[in-house]
Amino acid sequence: MALDQSFVGRTYPPTAPYEVGREKIREFAEAIGDANPVFTDTEAAKALGYPDVIAPPTFVFAITFKAAGQVVADPQLGLDYSRVVHGDQKFAYSRPVRAGDRLTVTSTIEAVKSLAGNDIVDIRGEVHDEAGEHVVTAWTKLVARAAEEA
Amino acid sequence: MTAKVSFDEVEVGTELPAREFPVTRATLVQYAGASGDFNPIHWNEKFAREVGLPDVIAHGMFTMAEAARVVTDWAGDPGAVVEYGVRFTKPVVVPNDDQGALIQVTGKVAAKLDDRRVRVDLTAMSDGQKVLGMSRAVVQLA
Repeated sequence: MALDQSFVGRTYPPTAPYEVGREKIREFAEAIGDANPVFTDTEAAKALGYPDVIAPPTFVFAITFKAAGQVVADPQLGLDYSRVVHGDQKFAYSRPVRAGDRLTVTSTIEAVKSLAGNDIVDIRGEVHDEAGEHVVTAWTKLVARAAEEA
Repeated sequence: MTAKVSFDEVEVGTELPAREFPVTRATLVQYAGASGDFNPIHWNEKFAREVGLPDVIAHGMFTMAEAARVVTDWAGDPGAVVEYGVRFTKPVVVPNDDQGALIQVTGKVAAKLDDRRVRVDLTAMSDGQKVLGMSRAVVQLA
């Protein structure tokens, strides 16, 4: 079923702020096996010029993907989430995410396509801090595979 | 940002130190908890097979995170990464044994850009398959 083209350009309201915790960053860094002290040691982060520990580059995905959930789950869009796979992911950073950030995400549908029975949705998430400064933009391509595909 | 690599000392074609990252079922459970992505295709073999996968697969974002380490370890400052994008081309299949799977990542400087930035192209392989395509990072060097 082709998705409704009128969703292209639709922007969803900003999410409630997500407060980035030092221990959450530590947990994430340990999960990816990255022992870089800039993720866990405030002094190491300060030595590189940061006010607090920073997060690994892909950490923010957890926040932007949750925000994209309001698009994915929009019943009017009608995406079959049980068949969704992650196609592409891209980030553009103004600065790294760091402990103490309170981040909001504004999601916009950039494109909606149907190719060979697959429904494809491109979502852009703009991430801002509490001061309204841009931190990172995340582009996520989701592909709902055609139902007849094995 | 204070990358430890100088833009002036880097040439197009400069290779970054290659790395291998093991991933086991335990790794995936830990990553699921840390990232909040509890999709059962990453930990439930029965579910994975029912949706047509050969076995449990690693989170694409886990593979993306590991590939980034080749860049961040080289640059010396993870905050020096100003852009990073990948295409998920093949899943990393993770068997239920002590070995798990291996993600092999290589990278090289593909272009020198303005403002002392470089583009690094990454290749991530697992079990002979290319698992990330169009994997590129733009890095702010010193």
